[in-house]
Amino acid sequence: MILAKVVGNVIATQKANELVGGRIMLVQPIDLEGNLKGQSFMALDAVDSGSGDTVIVVQEGWSASTATTYKEGFAIDAAIIGVVDTIEEAQAVIEQEK
Amino acid sequence: MRLARVMGTVVATMKDPQLVGQRLLLIQPLDGDGTPAGKPMVALDCVGTGAGELIFWCRGKESSFPFMPDEVPTDCTITGVVDRVNIDLPEKKVVLP
Repeated sequence: MILAKVVGNVIATQKANELVGGRIMLVQPIDLEGNLKGQSFMALDAVDSGSGDTVIVVQEGWSASTATTYKEGFAIDAAIIGVVDTIEEAQAVIEQEK
Repeated sequence: MRLARVMGTVVATMKDPQLVGQRLLLIQPLDGDGTPAGKPMVALDCVGTGAGELIFWCRGKESSFPFMPDEVPTDCTITGVVDRVNIDLPEKKVVLP
């Protein structure tokens, strides 16, 4: 799972059947300071997230498929499975990392 | 799932029997602001797209699921055609389909 920020959403009429009714959000990974980094990608929303939210994204098919549709075996490879309220970092750990 | 632009088609006569009848398309993955990101890829199509269209694609094992019960050997399948991209952060630009 990774931390990401919702930067927008994508509208598609012509799409795979299992995506009908789902919200497709455009997300971009963030670092612990909240800065956007890396390439943005799309994830199906399972938790009613919105633009600007910091979210938890799972990038694995079985988990993404079951989280969004309650069924396995659909062509979904990323899903938003949580909206982050706060992140607490232990100061000692941060200093050790530096 | 990632955004991409369809660049063209790929034709192959000698291929896995499960790929017979499938459309092979050449796609260029894009970042959210429309800039090319990464190398072009060959993708299967399950929605009926054509060259020049903005699409999104699924990676990995999950990309063979739209063709079930056929077990099609693919790790990249186009699963939707993008009508519109809404980007709500000021630092990002909007992609026009």
